[in-house]
Amino acid sequence: MTNPVVPAAPGRFARFLDGDVWYSFKNSPMAIAAAVIAVICLFCAVFANWVAPHNPFDLATLDLSDARLPPAWMDEGKPKFLLGTDDQGRDILSALMFGARISLLVGVASVLVSLVVGVGLGLLSGFAGGKIDAFIMRVCDVMLSFPAILVALLIDGVGRAMFPNAHDTLAFGVLIIAISLTGWVQYARTVRGSTLVERNKEYVQAARVIGVSPYRIMVRHVLPNVMGPVMVLATIQVAAAILIEATLSFLGVGVPPTSPSLGTLIRVGNDFLFSGEWWITIFPGLMLVLIALSVNLLGDWLRDALNPRLR
Amino acid sequence: MVAPLLEVRHLRVEFPTRRGTLLALDDISFDIAPGEVLGVVGESGAGKSLTGAAIIGLLEPPGRIAGGEIRLEGQRIDNLPYEQMRAIRGRRIGAIFQDPLTSLNPLYTIGRQLIETIQTHLPVGAEEARQRAIRLLQETGIPAAEQRIDQYPHQFSGGMRQRVVIALALAAEPKLLVADEPTTALDVSIQAQIISLLKRLCKDHGAAVMLVTHDMGVIAETCDRVAVLYAGRVAEIGPVADVIHRPQHPYTVGLMGSIPAMDEDRERLLQIDGSMPRLNAIPKGCAFNPRCPKVFARCREERPDLLDAGATRAACWLVKQGVAA
Amino acid sequence: MLVFILRRLAQAIVVMLAVAFIAFMLFQYVGDPVTNLLGQDATPEQRAKLRSDLGLDSSFAVQFGRFVGNAVQGEFGLSLRQGRKVSSLIVERFPATLELSLTAAVIALVVGIPLGVYAALRRGRFGAQLMMTLSLLGVSLPTFLIGILLILLFAVTLKMLPSFGRGDVVAFGSWTTGFLTFDGWKHLVLPAVTLSVFQLALIMRLVRSEMLEVLRADYIKFARARGLPNRAVYFGHALKNTLVPVITITGLQLGGLIAFAIITETVFQWPGMGLLFIQAVQFADIPVMAAYLCLIALIFVLINLSVDLLYFAVDPRLRIEKPAGGH
Repeated sequence: MTNPVVPAAPGRFARFLDGDVWYSFKNSPMAIAAAVIAVICLFCAVFANWVAPHNPFDLATLDLSDARLPPAWMDEGKPKFLLGTDDQGRDILSALMFGARISLLVGVASVLVSLVVGVGLGLLSGFAGGKIDAFIMRVCDVMLSFPAILVALLIDGVGRAMFPNAHDTLAFGVLIIAISLTGWVQYARTVRGSTLVERNKEYVQAARVIGVSPYRIMVRHVLPNVMGPVMVLATIQVAAAILIEATLSFLGVGVPPTSPSLGTLIRVGNDFLFSGEWWITIFPGLMLVLIALSVNLLGDWLRDALNPRLR
Repeated sequence: MVAPLLEVRHLRVEFPTRRGTLLALDDISFDIAPGEVLGVVGESGAGKSLTGAAIIGLLEPPGRIAGGEIRLEGQRIDNLPYEQMRAIRGRRIGAIFQDPLTSLNPLYTIGRQLIETIQTHLPVGAEEARQRAIRLLQETGIPAAEQRIDQYPHQFSGGMRQRVVIALALAAEPKLLVADEPTTALDVSIQAQIISLLKRLCKDHGAAVMLVTHDMGVIAETCDRVAVLYAGRVAEIGPVADVIHRPQHPYTVGLMGSIPAMDEDRERLLQIDGSMPRLNAIPKGCAFNPRCPKVFARCREERPDLLDAGATRAACWLVKQGVAA
Repeated sequence: MLVFILRRLAQAIVVMLAVAFIAFMLFQYVGDPVTNLLGQDATPEQRAKLRSDLGLDSSFAVQFGRFVGNAVQGEFGLSLRQGRKVSSLIVERFPATLELSLTAAVIALVVGIPLGVYAALRRGRFGAQLMMTLSLLGVSLPTFLIGILLILLFAVTLKMLPSFGRGDVVAFGSWTTGFLTFDGWKHLVLPAVTLSVFQLALIMRLVRSEMLEVLRADYIKFARARGLPNRAVYFGHALKNTLVPVITITGLQLGGLIAFAIITETVFQWPGMGLLFIQAVQFADIPVMAAYLCLIALIFVLINLSVDLLYFAVDPRLRIEKPAGGH
């Protein structure tokens, strides 16, 4: 008997390309458009130093005679400043990119923190059970009934009162903690639910009998099962975190003024709305919406793609 | 010969998927005479429920009827627009499903659900509809019907709920009832009661029944004729006693043989080797040929139609050869 | 059912106490209340006198008890920024926020629910897809940006509607209302619409997804199998089953409106509690923050309780049932 030829098992990437997720992506023009926009925004934000036409923070390059210029396609605009300038002569397009960088930084950092906290607490809650579980769930319930903005404002306000002369890094830290504390509950609940389901399965019980530590069980078995919904949550939360940060900055209690985020730019521009210089506030606003919308679209598509019942 | 109530001819149901089109029902044909009870039996995935869904016109998209005809009292019903089919559903064809708990809307009283059904199809006023509803409940054996008509589904036990479901399905006096695994979700002790109730009521109301199930015991107790489905095709069809005691198709033989008998002394249960093929991997020729103990060359090449085998009809080339299965 | 109510009341009290505790901690330990009240230049004697006046030398438990006692009566001391009693500030501002939130809630419900039903029933068609995209836009646009855009369009460009303040109000005792004047309504439109957009989009998406879920249920299939007309299937069976969970979730969401009002009031300079709170945060005005916190917690707890009771009224499965009988 000749040995039957067994084709090599396809690699993980090949399997991914053949899978439903990629298929769904290829066939969804929305998802592709959203991904493209998100990548462009991300690129501009990360590489702002090189991509931006001007450096709005370099005081030496600012010229007051360039102040309050409208966008290039309007009457008094100059092509040098594509989207116009603000009252100090700073180029709006460049300020946008640097602002986006700050917004994205805070947003992603907050989500990472809340992801770690939430997934950790969820695993703990699901595995430990009993009083610990009950307590954590109670806290979740209470926190869920308070809107995110309120929680963020409170923590920020308290932080401000406690450290009235904080320097920038501390201010950022407080901000990130404030935003991340609004989001961890979702992760905790989802992960706890999955942990409870897995915990009762025979292979977990068998592993415990053999003496495998609960920590290993949690990480090796429960975690992979949970990654799907957690990814969807994380994507949507990034958009939410960016919006919360923008709101806080707009209200004047967000990022420090030396590192303006998109929210700060909008706030500053708001003062000029009535004198007709709308571009100072609208373009940062547009950028904010583009980022939030594209991330939300991606999250939406991801959730539908990973939902077996909708296929 | 009495004209058949329901005629199904060469019915094909397909499911377009992104990996190609799957043929779930492939050339199914059978008749149901007025008042008779036809059992439709087969393994999970053989297509029994789909047949019922196709008949009442509630195939879930993307499934669709790709060929063949369904006629009710001579009139074609498989190609009717939704509104016309809706008028037929409930009034001329009724249907009941497997799980009585989820078949009833938990937020409405059973009285409201009954009266709503009655008034949709019959031109009666509210008071008369209510009286009819109470009578139906009494017929299905629900005690204190006059009080219980105003209760909610969760206040009834499983068997009681299925009685309510049967009452609902028969409320508008349909001529044909499609019953899709009506007892599978019930306790064994209740199953017999519900089945006999079903049979009695349908006889009283003059309704024929298409009873879909995987339980041969129920078939033996209740049905006049039975159709055995395999991989979306009819393997054998005929009077119940003949199919059970003198099966002609090797698959039916295997099925009957695998039922353990109380009076036998056996160490191992008999089973048919292999399993039913997946929809995208149906063998050429007769679908059963890889598992058949009596397979020969023709089975692998040509697909047999339902051939006359005496009392029953079987889709098997052995019949042509005059060899017993 | 009585047991249920009592248990929920007990839970509510626990939550309120926990919140009061946090508020108390803010009061005592964030910044120095004495410095806050007297300024940096007070003499040690003045400080000591104020400490004993305020009871700051009593034990923790006593102080907390006093705080709770005061809080229940609405007494939170003086605002650090304005020097006036916190309670009178809040009473002054409360009607404005309430009217704004109620109007926004009504808009969100009256527009959101029908749109959600439409999007579910006409799933896949162009109109529904468009609506879903717009709703996604609704949750991606931060509230303040919506406000700015509306101001840009209606106040600056078209000059049709005012963009700040409440307009003419009519006073009934200490309550002021803008509902009774045309000018009041004109001022209410933009802020209320701004506030409602996010909730509207959320409600619409929720109703749509719940309805789609319900339409997959067996009892809908059975209803169709009985030949019930589409109207009865969609609006009799499906809608009622959809609205039960939706109403409860929505009730909880609407509580969030009061908090979102913070942003809207800032953009439109609407003289409500939200604006008061923001100014308190910017200024680290602890008494106002603490009072706002307690009030909001109270409102939330009340809303949660009402929603639970509503669930009872609407879903027959939760009421005390007669034992299931017979077979």
